[in-house]
Amino acid sequence: MRSLKIGGFLIGLVVLAALLSFVWTPFDPVKVDAAHRLLGFSGSHWFGTDKFGRDVLSQLMVGARTTLYVGVVAVGIAAVIGTPLGILAGMSPRWLGEFVMRVNDLVLAFPALLLAIMFGAVFGADTLTAMVAIGIATIPSFARIARSGTLQVMSTEFVLAARAGGRSRPTIAARHVLPNIAGLLIVQASVSFAIAVLAEAALSFLGFGTRPPTPSWGRMLQESQELLTVHPRLALVPGIAIAVAVLGFNLLGDGLRDRLDPRLAARV
Amino acid sequence: MTLSVEGLTVGSLVRDVSFEIGAGERVGLIGESGSGKSLTALSIMGLLPDELSASGSVSLHGRELLGAPERELARLRGAELSMVFQEPMTALNPAMRVGRQVTEPIRVHGRPRRTAEELLEAVGLPDTARAYPHQLSGGQRQRVVLAMAVVNNPSLLICDEPTTALDVTVQAQILSLIQTSLPAESALLFITHDLAVVASVCERVLVMLDGEVVEAGSTREVLTAPKHAYTRKLLEASDLEARR
Repeated sequence: MRSLKIGGFLIGLVVLAALLSFVWTPFDPVKVDAAHRLLGFSGSHWFGTDKFGRDVLSQLMVGARTTLYVGVVAVGIAAVIGTPLGILAGMSPRWLGEFVMRVNDLVLAFPALLLAIMFGAVFGADTLTAMVAIGIATIPSFARIARSGTLQVMSTEFVLAARAGGRSRPTIAARHVLPNIAGLLIVQASVSFAIAVLAEAALSFLGFGTRPPTPSWGRMLQESQELLTVHPRLALVPGIAIAVAVLGFNLLGDGLRDRLDPRLAARV
Repeated sequence: MTLSVEGLTVGSLVRDVSFEIGAGERVGLIGESGSGKSLTALSIMGLLPDELSASGSVSLHGRELLGAPERELARLRGAELSMVFQEPMTALNPAMRVGRQVTEPIRVHGRPRRTAEELLEAVGLPDTARAYPHQLSGGQRQRVVLAMAVVNNPSLLICDEPTTALDVTVQAQILSLIQTSLPAESALLFITHDLAVVASVCERVLVMLDGEVVEAGSTREVLTAPKHAYTRKLLEASDLEARR
């Protein structure tokens, strides 16, 4: 249960920062202030200011919004499309399942970042296209996990018993398969969430993600690179923030899996 | 006839099996592992694995089941036809509370409501509705499975080695529970390889070997004066002689 608490705490921090940023930030996160450029840690600017004199803490708080937004939407797209696809592939006749999975492999073979850059080039680079691209690229991992879990559940006697009890396939999918693969999916969601956060940071870093001046942790990293040797804190602060979010989601996923699986929950 | 099976064939695994079970009759189906007992049961239920298919005829109250549309079969399963499986540890959904599972057959078939407590109480499991399957013992789980199987008063109950995975004292409890909870007018097909169980539960018995029924008759006849060499071998191998 410790991972659930630590993960929950870390994600809580990110969520709190994001929520708080709607009503209050120490400074205007996008206000350029030439008189206060590159200040170090101090009482008024906790995490200092960047090369344009913008307050790093305020940017970090608003950037947390982007991070969560990207994670939720990308994982949402992937889970909502990938899970039913995987369950369908696992429950339908073998040829149909194989067909779905081969199409899935095609999508999987396409690198997520490349897809996102392509989407950015076609639809214009911004947070939404990045999220959708990351989401689409994550569908196959959900479909695979869902299918392998479904195949496992379908071979159990309680599914046979459910069929012997006259339950229809959609009912079996919803009542017997989904609850028993939920643990797998939650872990997958937390890992995907972490990957999506990293991907958004990478895309923003490359200039294909969130557009300036909207603060994003990835872009903060990108803007800090030319000053890396002189002012490493400009890279460290968003870098640590990304690490905290990724670690938090991973721990949360682990903890939730243990908590949600009644068999494991009994042991802890 | 409640159930009549004629010339049932599943690949080369079950060959030309024919038998009938009348209302209220308790019939045993014995044979060693791999003799086709379970496939016969699954064919009756229409639950054969995708790669197998059955030919011949299986009819329930004169209604042909082989080749019947899945929707029609689904309406019968759990209502007219039901089944208890061998392995109680895996026959219940581990992620669903027992109370919810035990009332499912009622909800699926739109029968009059009965509470989970009432159903579980009837099989000797009071206060377990909120438990998850892993919190129950094997025997307790088999009671839950049995409660689900008989809740809609099926015309035919198939028990596929329901006591094999249980220890001897629990076996006896489950056997008597099957007999008391099954309505008198229901037919029972009891699959087992335990002759002692057949002797205590069934009036009539079928012996299967390599996919074929090699001997059939009343339990007394078959167990006291076996005609087929295989049945004699089965009898010698069991300790039934010693108990008789």
